[in-house]
Amino acid sequence: MGWQWFHRLGSPRWFYEKTGVWLPYLAVVTALLMLTGLVWGLGFAPMDYKQGNSFRIIYIHVPVSFLALAGYYIMAIAGAVGLIWKMKLADMVMKSAAPIGAALTFLALISGAIWGKPTWGTYWVWDARITSMLVLFFLYVGVIALQASFTNQQAAAKASAVLSLVGMINIPIIYKSVDWWYTLHQPATIKFTEAPSMHPDMFYPLLVMIVGMYCFYALALILFTRAEIVQREKQTQWVKALGGAG
Amino acid sequence: MTESLGTALGRQFSRELKQSVRASSEWANPVIFFVMVITMVPIGISPDAKLLAVLAPGMIWVVALLATLLSLDGLFRTDRDDGSLEQLLISPHPLPLLVMTKVMVHWLVTGLPLTLLSPVLGMMLSLPAEGYVPLVLSLLIGTGSLSFIGAIGAALTVSLRRGGLLIALIIMPFYVPVLIFGANGVSRAIEGFAHSGQLAVLGAFLALSVALAPFAIAAGLRISADS
Repeated sequence: MGWQWFHRLGSPRWFYEKTGVWLPYLAVVTALLMLTGLVWGLGFAPMDYKQGNSFRIIYIHVPVSFLALAGYYIMAIAGAVGLIWKMKLADMVMKSAAPIGAALTFLALISGAIWGKPTWGTYWVWDARITSMLVLFFLYVGVIALQASFTNQQAAAKASAVLSLVGMINIPIIYKSVDWWYTLHQPATIKFTEAPSMHPDMFYPLLVMIVGMYCFYALALILFTRAEIVQREKQTQWVKALGGAG
Repeated sequence: MTESLGTALGRQFSRELKQSVRASSEWANPVIFFVMVITMVPIGISPDAKLLAVLAPGMIWVVALLATLLSLDGLFRTDRDDGSLEQLLISPHPLPLLVMTKVMVHWLVTGLPLTLLSPVLGMMLSLPAEGYVPLVLSLLIGTGSLSFIGAIGAALTVSLRRGGLLIALIIMPFYVPVLIFGANGVSRAIEGFAHSGQLAVLGAFLALSVALAPFAIAAGLRISADS
């Protein structure tokens, strides 16, 4: 009994039907959190005494950056589960997580650049965090490119799972190396540090946004995975029945 | 009766080495590419010795990295084409050890020649005198990691018809730490600072990649064989 739920998870059909029930609730929670966080953060949080209103991009930038990195680990762990337990569903989750993660990393880079212009006076600085994010984006692109170049779906899943795992081991090493490299070359710019001593009035809406972004990520991942399931199982009876019903 | 592991590895090593040395394009092309690209630097930027001296450590490192990437495509491809890759996969000996000998030979015919040639390129880019020893040492240790990490990409893409550019795409991010410590060690030595720390970190990267990469390479080859 104890492991039954775990093996059920491997069934695409079970996943499709279960998530179909959860989706509306998750969508409502995500929308509520996002709306609350955005209105609160963009409209009601106090202005930053140094950066004025431009600091408000933090409410987009930070949650997106969080999920960009977490998404890589989610992708790699899904890949590992697919390799170890040979679960079709895990492969589909991994395949779905790659473009979502790449898009979030791209958004983090873009929103950071837009923030950088009024704050540092330039769109791009070779700062440690920015450089690491750029490398993370390349890692995602590599996984997507490798996946796209296989015609055999199973080989594609396994190969990109191995690559994601190699990436997972490497991310801390890359991050630390870039960090060390940057501290050596630190240019004489005013370094903006996200003060941990953020005022609660600014911090609470950010917290709401981060939780909302996690929900949004889950929503996007489930939707992508469902699309992938229908795509791959289109020969099965139950998917054909879906087409008949809807 | 199967031979002992030691004999098998020794035989494989000498067979690979013979093959690689006889296929002159395998060791000559990366070296020629290395010299050609370094020639483009003064032409494209400026022949000014002061400027080149500043760029030299990073430039030589970046081009060595590209030359290694270009040489990776052939690492398992010829073996796959003539069927010897299948022989490796069904061999009774542990696959990670067998691929390790292959990667070592790859380093001997690409990383080592690049390292030995680097002082000449340093001269072409007017690298200051203090930079030569650290340059050779950092490349000697660093190119080993480049071969081991790069072989993962070669193994994952060996079944694809066009793997060359894809290997570069998927492997380049993993080269970032090696590049940072390699090029920086040389720059610091020129500025008169101690650089043994950077070399030690490169050594740590090499130890990590020798210990872990063979398993990923073996997994990649098995996946490629199934597809």
